Amino acid sequence: MNTIHAINGPVVRVAGTKDFSMLEMVYVGSRRLIGEVIGVSDDCTTIQVYENTAGLKIGEPVEPSGAPVCAALGPGIISNIFDGIERPLRDMTKISVAFVAEGSAIPSLDEQREFDVTVTAKPGDRLSGGDIYCTCPETPLITHKCMIPPAMSGEVAWAAPDGKYRVNDVIIKLRLDNGEEKELTMVQRWGIKTPRPVKKRLPISRPLITGQRIIDTILPIAKGGTAAIPGGFGTGKTMTQHQLAKWCDADIIVYIGCGERGNEMTQVLEEFSELIDPKSNRPLTDRTVLIANTSNMPVAAREASIYTGITLAEYYRDMGYHIAIMADSTSRWAEALREISGRLEEMPAEEGFPAYLPSRLSEFYERAGYCETLNGREGSVTIIGAVSPQGSDFSEPVTQNTKRFVRCFWALDKSLAYARHYPAIDWNSSYSEYIDDLSEYYNENCGAEFLRLRQEITAILAEENKLMEIVKLIGADVLPDDQKLVIETARAVRVGFLQQNAYHKDDTYVPLEKQKLMMRAIVELYHHALDAIKHGVPISSVIKLGFFDRVSKIKFEIPNDKLSMFDDYFRELDEAFGELTSLG
Amino acid sequence: MSIQYLGLKDVNGPLIALEGVKGAAYDEIATIRLDDGTERTGRVVQMEGDKVILQVFEGTNGISLKNTKTIFSGRPLEMPLAPEMLGRVFNGAGKPIDGLGPVFPEKTADVNGQALNPVARQYPRNYIHTGISSIDALMTLIRGQKLPIFSGSGLSHNKLAVQIVKQARISDERGSNDFAVVFAAMGVQNDVADYFRRSFEENGAIERVAMFLNLSSDPIIERLLTPLCALTTAEYLAYEKNMHILVIMTDMTSYAEALREFSSSKGEIPGRKGYPGYLYSNLASLYERAGVVEGSIGSVTQIPILTMPNDDITHPIPDLTAYITEGQIVFDRELEQKGIYPALSVLLSLSRLMKDGIGEGYTRADHSAVANQLFAAYAKVQDARSLASVIGEDELSETDRSYMRFGRLFEENFLDQGFDENRSMDETLDLGWDLLCSLPKSELDRIDDKLLDEKYDPERAARFLS
Repeated sequence: MNTIHAINGPVVRVAGTKDFSMLEMVYVGSRRLIGEVIGVSDDCTTIQVYENTAGLKIGEPVEPSGAPVCAALGPGIISNIFDGIERPLRDMTKISVAFVAEGSAIPSLDEQREFDVTVTAKPGDRLSGGDIYCTCPETPLITHKCMIPPAMSGEVAWAAPDGKYRVNDVIIKLRLDNGEEKELTMVQRWGIKTPRPVKKRLPISRPLITGQRIIDTILPIAKGGTAAIPGGFGTGKTMTQHQLAKWCDADIIVYIGCGERGNEMTQVLEEFSELIDPKSNRPLTDRTVLIANTSNMPVAAREASIYTGITLAEYYRDMGYHIAIMADSTSRWAEALREISGRLEEMPAEEGFPAYLPSRLSEFYERAGYCETLNGREGSVTIIGAVSPQGSDFSEPVTQNTKRFVRCFWALDKSLAYARHYPAIDWNSSYSEYIDDLSEYYNENCGAEFLRLRQEITAILAEENKLMEIVKLIGADVLPDDQKLVIETARAVRVGFLQQNAYHKDDTYVPLEKQKLMMRAIVELYHHALDAIKHGVPISSVIKLGFFDRVSKIKFEIPNDKLSMFDDYFRELDEAFGELTSLG
Repeated sequence: MSIQYLGLKDVNGPLIALEGVKGAAYDEIATIRLDDGTERTGRVVQMEGDKVILQVFEGTNGISLKNTKTIFSGRPLEMPLAPEMLGRVFNGAGKPIDGLGPVFPEKTADVNGQALNPVARQYPRNYIHTGISSIDALMTLIRGQKLPIFSGSGLSHNKLAVQIVKQARISDERGSNDFAVVFAAMGVQNDVADYFRRSFEENGAIERVAMFLNLSSDPIIERLLTPLCALTTAEYLAYEKNMHILVIMTDMTSYAEALREFSSSKGEIPGRKGYPGYLYSNLASLYERAGVVEGSIGSVTQIPILTMPNDDITHPIPDLTAYITEGQIVFDRELEQKGIYPALSVLLSLSRLMKDGIGEGYTRADHSAVANQLFAAYAKVQDARSLASVIGEDELSETDRSYMRFGRLFEENFLDQGFDENRSMDETLDLGWDLLCSLPKSELDRIDDKLLDEKYDPERAARFLS
C-alpha cells in the first residue's frame, strides 16, 4: 500500500512507488481527499491535494484511481453552481450547511432528477464518437444531447424506449468493434486537462454580439475568439464580465469565478436568477453554469477550476452550441500555479512565476475556437479572461504572456474609471485583431456603411489623442477651429458613444442597428460642422446649435425599439446646418 | 500516555525541527516544554518521513537542541470561546492578558475556520452607521462587507478607527446589544495599543469590544495568529450568538511582513518584493471570513487597516488587499496637512457594495443621487485646481471658480468633522445638498430634474458664503 511520506501545504509526496501516472486522480488519506499527481520520479511521487490538508498524517494511505481528474458530463450542468473540481455547491449546503465540505462523497450531477428523454438511436444503427443517441430538455432554453464518447464506435445492440430517466440509467447498449458490449448512460467522464477532439477547426467569421458599443464596433470579438480584460482593482473588470455574460449572444455562458470574492459569486447567483433574457424571456440562469472557487477555497482546486470550466464548455460545443467563457480572474489562476510551483521548489522565472506559465496560458486559450464537431455540427468556444495585474502594471508576466495568446485586448484604464467613464476600456491601448475576419459579416448584416463609420470614429479618436498633447502644453484656445471641432466631436464620441450605462434600461444593451445609427449621428454632425467651418462659420455658432449636447444624450433619449426617431434627428440636423451655412 | 520527544534536530528563526516523530498530523499543535519549566506552543508546518518542522508561536529564544521536550496534542489550533469575551483583552494567541483570569469556554473552535460556501452566503445589503459623513455618504459600509482603510505612517487612521468603534451602530434599531466589535492589533507599538485600550475605556465602548493585542515586540508567529483568533471569535459571536460584529484589524502591513519573515525562514521561493507567492491566498483566507450567512441573523464586517509603505498604493500589500476586499477607504496626506480630519481621499475611495445597500428602504431615497453628484463635482474640482495651478486662479471661468469654492467648502465642512461629532445620515445628506447648492444649478447634471427642483435652493449654501 502507498502511504504519505511528506506534507507541505497542499503538496503531498509518496516515496518509493511506481504505481502512479502523471495527472492521475488519487485519493489522499483516510478522509479520501481528492488529489492529482503532478510529478513522478523513481524515488517519489508528488501530489497536489484539492482540499485542505490539515490533519493529514505521515503513513496515511494514498490510493490511485486509474483515471485522470475528470469532469462528469451529462444533463444537470446548466443552471448549476460547482466548485473547482465540479462538486455541486448547492447540494453541499445540505451536508455541511454553510461551509465547503471535504471528500468526494457528493456526485457532480443530481442522480435523482428525472429527464424527459427522447432516444434517437435505434438498434442496428452504427454510431461513432460524437454521434447523438438521445436528447432531453435540460432547461427551457437548452436541449441536452448525449453523445457517444470520442474514440468509441460500434453498433447499437439495444436502445431504451423514450421516457423519464435519471442520469445513471442505461439508455443504449453499444456493441463495440471488438465485440465487447458497452452500456451507455447519460453521463460520460472526460479528463479536464485534455481538449475534446473536433473534426476540424473552421475559420473565424462571426462576431459575438455583446450589445456593448465599444466592443461591438471598435474592438469586436469573434465567436470562437479569445480576449483578455486586464485592469487594476476598481477599474470594472468584473462589471464588464457581468455585462458580457448577461447580454452576449452565446447560447451558453460558463462563468468561472477563479480566486475571486465570495460575495461577488453570491451577487451573480442572485442577479442572474432575477434577470430575464430579452431574447427568450427566461431567467439568465437557464443558460449559465457557474464555477466558483473563491479566493479562500483550496488553491489547487483554483488551478483546476479553469480546466473544469473549459471542459464543460467544449462538451456543449460538441452538441453544436456557441459558448462564451468568462474567466475571472486568470491572474489568480497563475498565482495558484506559482504557489504550487513554489511548494515543489521549482526554479522560478519572472516574479516567482514558474517558467511554464506561458505554455499553460497558451494551452488554455488555444482551447477556444470555431469548430466543426465530430457529429458535423458547428459550435464555438469563446474565452474572455480577466487579468488582474499587480499594481496595475501591464508589464507584469501574466498580462504580457496573455497578450501573446489572445487576439483581443481590452485594457481597462484607471484614470477613465476614476473619471467614472464606464466601461473604462482605453481605446488607445486596446486592440482587436478580428476586425478583418469579421468585415464580411458586418458588410452583409449591417451594410457597408458600418465599417466606414467605425473607421471615421476611430480616426477622430486618434486625432484627438494627438491634439491633446498640444492642448496639455498650450491650452485649447490657440487651436484653429477645425481642430477644435475634432476635440468637440471626440468628446461627443466619448460621452455619447463609448460611455455606456449598465444600469439604464435601454443603454445596458444596444442592438447593432442602433449602434450604427449612433455612429452616423456623430459622423454626420461632424461633416456638417466641418463644412460650416470651411464656409467661415465660427465654431461657437456651430456648438450653439446644441447638436453636440443632443448627440451625447441620444443613447438615453431614443429607445432601442423606436429607431425611427433617428430620422427626426437627421432631418433637423440637415435643416439647422442648411440654415447656418446659408446665413454664413 | 503521550510520547515526549526529547531534544531537537535544528533551530532556525521561529522554526524548530524534530526527527523520529511518529503519528503527527499536518497543522496540529504541540507543546514544547523547556527545562526551566516554561511551556511554548508550536504548530506543524511541514513533514517529511519522520522529520517534522514546527513553528513556535512564542519565538525560539533560549531553545537549544537538547533542553526541550515536545508533546503533540493531536488537535489543530483551537481557542476557547464564550460570550463573556466581550470586554476582555487577549494577547495575539488568544490568551487573556487583562489579569481577570481565564475565559470559561462555552465551546472551542479551530482558528483556521472553513471556506464559506458561496451558495450559503447572503448578498450584503444593510448599512452600518459610522457617524462620519465622508464614509456614510460616499463610501457606505455595508454589513458583511470587508472595507479596508489604506493609510500611511503618521496619518490619523488610529484616531479614525477609535471613532468608528465609538460611533458605529447598525441601521435597524433592534438595540445596540446586538452589535459588538472585535479588535485585533498586529505589530503595533506599545503606546498605540495603550491608546486604543484607553480610548475604549474612556468612552465606555470597552464593554462591547474584545481586544487581541500583539505588540511590535511580540513574536511574529503570534502575529500570524492574531487575526485568526479575532476572526474565530467574531464568527462565533455572529453565527452562534446572532450578533453583528465589526472586526477591526490593524496593521495588516505588519501582518504581511511577519508572513514574509516566516516564509523566508522556511526557505520558500519569494514572489513580488520578497513576499511569499501565497500572500494573496493568505490574505484572502482572512478577508473572505467577512460575510452574512443565509439563515443566520448575525454578520461579520471587517475594517482592516494598513499603512502603505511609502504611501504607495501599488505596493503588493494594498494592491492584493484591494483585489480581495469590496472597495477601499484611502487616506490623503495632502488633506491631512491642510488640517482636515478624517483626511480621506474621496476619489480614490470606493465601496463596492454601496450601490445595493443605500437608497429607499436602507438609507434615504436621494442618497445615491447626492453621492454621485458629490463625486462628480469633486472630480471637477481637481480639474479646476490643476488648471488654476497652470494659468492662475484669476484667469478661471466663472464655473471653474465656483468649483474651486465648492472644493474648499466641501473639504472644510463635509470631510472635516470633530472626533466627537456623530452625524446622523439625515444631517450628512442634507449637508451634502447644502454644499451642492453653492454650485450653479446647471452643473448638477447627475440628479434628475424633479428631485433637483424640489431640493435646489441657493440660499441653502448661504451660511458657508457669509
